[in-house]
Amino acid sequence: MASNAVADPLVSRPWRVKRRIREAHDTFTLEIESRAGESFPFTAGQFNMLHVHGVGEVPISISSNPAETALIRHTTREVGPVTKAMRKLDAGDTIGVRGPMGVGWPIEAIEGRDVVLVAGGIGLAPLRPALYRLIAEREKYGKIVLLYGTRSPQDILFKHELEHWRAQFDLEIHVTVDRAIGTWRGHVGVVTTLIARAPFDPLETVALVCGPEIMMRYTLMELGRRGVRESDMYLSMERNMKCGIGTCGHCQMGPFFVCRDGPVFNYAQIKWLLGKAEV
Amino acid sequence: MNPIATIISRQQFFAGMDDALIERIAGCAAEKQFDQDEVIFREGESADRFFVILEGQIAVKIHGVQRGDIMIQTLDAGDVLGWSWLVPPYQKQFSAQATLPSRALVFDGAILRRMCEGDHDLGYDMLKRFIRVIAARLQATRLQLIDVYASEK
Repeated sequence: MASNAVADPLVSRPWRVKRRIREAHDTFTLEIESRAGESFPFTAGQFNMLHVHGVGEVPISISSNPAETALIRHTTREVGPVTKAMRKLDAGDTIGVRGPMGVGWPIEAIEGRDVVLVAGGIGLAPLRPALYRLIAEREKYGKIVLLYGTRSPQDILFKHELEHWRAQFDLEIHVTVDRAIGTWRGHVGVVTTLIARAPFDPLETVALVCGPEIMMRYTLMELGRRGVRESDMYLSMERNMKCGIGTCGHCQMGPFFVCRDGPVFNYAQIKWLLGKAEV
Repeated sequence: MNPIATIISRQQFFAGMDDALIERIAGCAAEKQFDQDEVIFREGESADRFFVILEGQIAVKIHGVQRGDIMIQTLDAGDVLGWSWLVPPYQKQFSAQATLPSRALVFDGAILRRMCEGDHDLGYDMLKRFIRVIAARLQATRLQLIDVYASEK
């Protein structure tokens, strides 16, 4: 009976917080491990429902390397009561985990193509596992370009990793901020302004896009202007996910449940639903 | 074509422009280099020039007494810097500074304005090109204004 309870997707398992990492003034990463020592295979782009006892549960994308299945990382911004409580967790504290859930990025299906990843703000977190996968099997892909926009130089996530990747000769990393003061010598402007001159062949390119929905809408428009086909664009949607398994209906978007059929969708599949108000 | 006209004709901003018009505007253009950190113009100055960046990077800045210089945009090769030469009272609204060693075509906006007034075909052609740039900048500015990377919840 006990094993059935653990396998129930509606029952969270207790995990241990190993480390909390400050990424920016309002953003942090929780590094967690299973108390039962379980391995946790997942697909880049999937999410977990994280439960803080006595406070509530929220869906958070996994931001760590899919090749590392013992330590899992989630990166989130402090925006509500649950994430505020999560920020107070320290090493040794318990957090409930349900997952992994949903459909991730189509990493295998896009082998042989150029890949452009466009991230806005916290949207870099769900794309990071995809980047790990692409880099791990670099020879299977054409050009890999990351375009990342955020508010200010202080808000740049995973700075050391971005610097490391940028130093590699076979990755193009472009970062832009909305505003900067002081010694910043990088690009200033919204992330959409990077698309027109980014080095990729639109007809050979698959785009993976993640960020707030308005940012994604304008990004997809700009990619379209550049000549990328709609069927070659993928985006990670955020809706009010509760059950995580497509039964409660909170995250319903037209005929889709974002938690079960997404969060990653092909743009051609959901174009008609973008920009519509949540029910 | 003279050398400046040839450079102009290669710029995306002037793509499709009639050769005769290019030859005419080349008469009020010159190539100029800017050192890293060189101030190109300052807020409040007379707007009698605009630039098409050929190489490098130029930052558009606004100065706050308490906050110092705030970089609100960077422009790269192919981008146009400055449209205040088209809009009365022809005064720079922002400052511009090279963040990298840069090279640009510099156009005399005052002369070009008079040429546009005298030749409406040229004026309409120039306005159509600038309106595309202005619309794109307006859209980008709106996205910055709504803090597009903030959570929507």
